[in-house]
Amino acid sequence: MIDYNKISKSPVELTKQDFVSDQMVKWCPGCGAHAILAAVGNVFPKIGYRKENFAMVSGIGCSSRFPYYVDTFGFHGIHGRAAAIASGLKIANPGLSVWVATGDGDSMAIGGNHFIHVLRRNIDINILLFNNQIYGLTKGQFSPTTPLGTVTKTSPYGTIEHPFTVSGLVMGAQGTFFARVPDNNIKLMTEVLYEAAKHNGTSVVEILQNCVIYADKVHEEVTTRDMREDRQLFLKHGESMIFGKNRDKGIIMAGNHLKVAEIGQNGINESDILVHDQYNTDPGIHRMLGRMKLPGQPVAMGVIRSAPANTYDDLTEQQIETAKKTSRIQSVNDLLRSGDTWEI
Amino acid sequence: MAKQHDVRSLEDVVVKFVGDSGDGMQLTGTLFSEVAALAGNDLATFPDFPAEIRAPHNTIAGVSGFQMHMGKRKIYTSGDMCDVLVVMNPASLKSNLKWTKPGATLVIDSSTFDEKTIGKAGYTENPLEDGTLDGYHVIKAPITDLTRQSLEELGVDKRLAERTKNMFVLGLMFYLFERDLEKPLEFIKMKFSEKPKVVQANQTAMKAGYHFAESTEAIKITFRVDPAPMKKGLYRNITGNVATAWGLLAASEQSGRPLFLGSYPITPATEILMELSKHKSLGAKVFQAEDEIAGICSAIGASFGGSMAVTTTSGPGLSLKSEALGLAVITELPLVVVNVQRAGPSTGMPTKSEQSDLMQALFGRNGECPLMVMAASSAANCFYYAYLAAKYAMEHMTPVILLTDGYLGFGSELFRIPDVKDLPSIKPPMADPNDANFKPYRRDEKTLVRKWAVPGVEGLRHRIGGLEKTNIDGNVSTDPLNHQLMVNIREEKIWRISDYLPLLQVQGDPEGDLLVVGWGGTEGALASTVSRLQEEGHKISHAQFNFIKPLPKNTREVLKRFKKIVVCELNAGQFVNYLRMLYPEYTYYQFNKVQGLPFHIQELTETFIKLLED
Repeated sequence: MIDYNKISKSPVELTKQDFVSDQMVKWCPGCGAHAILAAVGNVFPKIGYRKENFAMVSGIGCSSRFPYYVDTFGFHGIHGRAAAIASGLKIANPGLSVWVATGDGDSMAIGGNHFIHVLRRNIDINILLFNNQIYGLTKGQFSPTTPLGTVTKTSPYGTIEHPFTVSGLVMGAQGTFFARVPDNNIKLMTEVLYEAAKHNGTSVVEILQNCVIYADKVHEEVTTRDMREDRQLFLKHGESMIFGKNRDKGIIMAGNHLKVAEIGQNGINESDILVHDQYNTDPGIHRMLGRMKLPGQPVAMGVIRSAPANTYDDLTEQQIETAKKTSRIQSVNDLLRSGDTWEI
Repeated sequence: MAKQHDVRSLEDVVVKFVGDSGDGMQLTGTLFSEVAALAGNDLATFPDFPAEIRAPHNTIAGVSGFQMHMGKRKIYTSGDMCDVLVVMNPASLKSNLKWTKPGATLVIDSSTFDEKTIGKAGYTENPLEDGTLDGYHVIKAPITDLTRQSLEELGVDKRLAERTKNMFVLGLMFYLFERDLEKPLEFIKMKFSEKPKVVQANQTAMKAGYHFAESTEAIKITFRVDPAPMKKGLYRNITGNVATAWGLLAASEQSGRPLFLGSYPITPATEILMELSKHKSLGAKVFQAEDEIAGICSAIGASFGGSMAVTTTSGPGLSLKSEALGLAVITELPLVVVNVQRAGPSTGMPTKSEQSDLMQALFGRNGECPLMVMAASSAANCFYYAYLAAKYAMEHMTPVILLTDGYLGFGSELFRIPDVKDLPSIKPPMADPNDANFKPYRRDEKTLVRKWAVPGVEGLRHRIGGLEKTNIDGNVSTDPLNHQLMVNIREEKIWRISDYLPLLQVQGDPEGDLLVVGWGGTEGALASTVSRLQEEGHKISHAQFNFIKPLPKNTREVLKRFKKIVVCELNAGQFVNYLRMLYPEYTYYQFNKVQGLPFHIQELTETFIKLLED
């Protein structure tokens, strides 16, 4: 459930319309970002905080125009720094629900350092990571998530660098929440964003976003609607990892890795299929789920990891509260007069 | 029975303690200074330590020093050349003898002078015997050996005995300066209260040093420094970095806006970060960021969130913060950036001081990017200028760069403790809830300041950011005339702060033959040089700038009343060129020094006399 002790609840029921800003949305027709904006419009009223308690922060890139289109407090920062700006905002003002809109270039290249450190600190913010595997706003250069060998404007002979997987980086940086959704499934995205809001700590939601201009259909193989039951694994806490149009496939542990098994074949039955535990503090299986890829394995969607841990912002408040109760220094005048002083 | 000796009464005296890193010279100097302060002397101190934490033993690189200047008159600086040098090993003698006055008193631990250590220091002969020290008043004693002997009965281990030799020296020094041991013995008890054995060893060594001094024939003079005439009040000793931290805390309390510091450790600014980390009971939120950029960006986020936001750094860090400073300028959010300057470029000389970041502070950003620049000019007034930096930042909704430097930051002086309620009021322009008139860039007509609208407050939802916005409404805009308007407004807004600044003060007559101009941390050296020349009858005055952008309103009035103007800076001529740009009608002489060292009274005196005579 959403906790209204830290961030106050709206006294009135809000609707999607409450969060529509007066600005014209300027993303390309067909861009995956439109779907993300729709899902955010769905989920904010559902989360139920006061309108004034939402804040959107962004860096630079197509994704980062997001704050202008949502009628909340918004801050459009500079390239790569959204996580750092949002960290300061949340620590300073813990009564806010802070959302970061960022892209694969913004967060994983120029902002990589802030990205891993916000995760390590587990500051209670929500990061929407628009992963379109390309630099869109600068018009088509490869990014840290562009697949090896891809031809782009700055890699006319194909890229020669190994891409990051977002889940791998998040969990490597000790992230406590990771979810993945395709941009063409607004219903799932809305559910996942709600889960991100519930999670106490840094939540990263990777959105497989299509860039119609510079990287059209890069996620198509995974996200195509007619094959999605077979190519995506929809994870739900407490449920078996079963997938496929006929729900006849599942994920089993084979030795020290995950494997797809057909139910009813080779003596495998439903009870052999792994049950998803998103709250497991051990990231072992979460890492493996995050890494699964075509061909041979479905791509995991939904909340992969949501592990409980202390947050930096809560610990900050606790330390301050304790110090206020126990310290002899209660004002700056006390401080100025502490230690060695003498009258002349 | 004490032996017969002369007593010399001094106006002021410069004392320096030098030894190997780990010999405890910082503690020794601090304790000696505290006792002087308690005795009523005015004083200033400066630690001189190497960048290396523990450089090889007995090498020049490993020499750590602590200089203090005390007197029965006003003390402006930690002093140039020393009158008394306390030397704990050959390397310290080698690196510091050149900074002593002719005939100075040298207190030397002779037990550390052997063939090996003498060689390591770069001497070929033993300097205690080859005439190097002729003409000095030398008090040499086998201090390490004597300390060890004095502790024999206590059965302390060799290592502890070795480490208490600094207290033996202090005991000797207290005798030399006619201080009694009551306070320092008490101090030791407090300092090492957890370790009774250490307390006993240190106290014993200190007493032994004192008694040794009483009986040795080597001490032919003792010194007396009478109390200085000081304004009545409650005093303490404070370093510039601590004063900066406390000034910020005071501004936060006075304004009602909680303090947020986003910062990354960097010499010589780190003490501010460490100091503020202690004061959670005052609500200070301190975020040690992953880098300099996150330091400032988290502060910008906190400022957007309604906190009195600060980031502290030194030159290389300021370079890294440049882009984000532009973001704070265009979003017109309050932000205090403290730059404790050090010698550059690049890593430069991290522990050495300089004033070479002025141009960077004024202009080191992309676009037309004006912000307020000011400077503290003494260790103690870092408190007030940090306070004022926060006041102007919040009341005028702008980033403010406060320039201090390594000398101010590490140096200490006596600080007359104010009552926070007597400090100037701070009234940030908060937007009221549900203000129907609120627009992100609607401005006060007189100051051009916009409102501070804090997330969470009802009816104030808005979006700001790094893209150019329309004036008043705050919508993203590339309209040419709007951009021109916003560029003009941002510049004008900063200059209008001058309506609220104190006027530039002149030390001495408001007209004359020569005006000595300085800014920031050089005030002590310039003021003391000028006051001596004034006493000698020269028509010389001095003006020290604490506000650089905007300049005080009477700047032109001050400049035009002197036949000559000389601008003195610890850089290659940055402020002088700024003045040339703004007030081209005057001729400026300049005196610059870029050695990582402060101005010395002698070189300033020679320069000024020459300008007065020409």
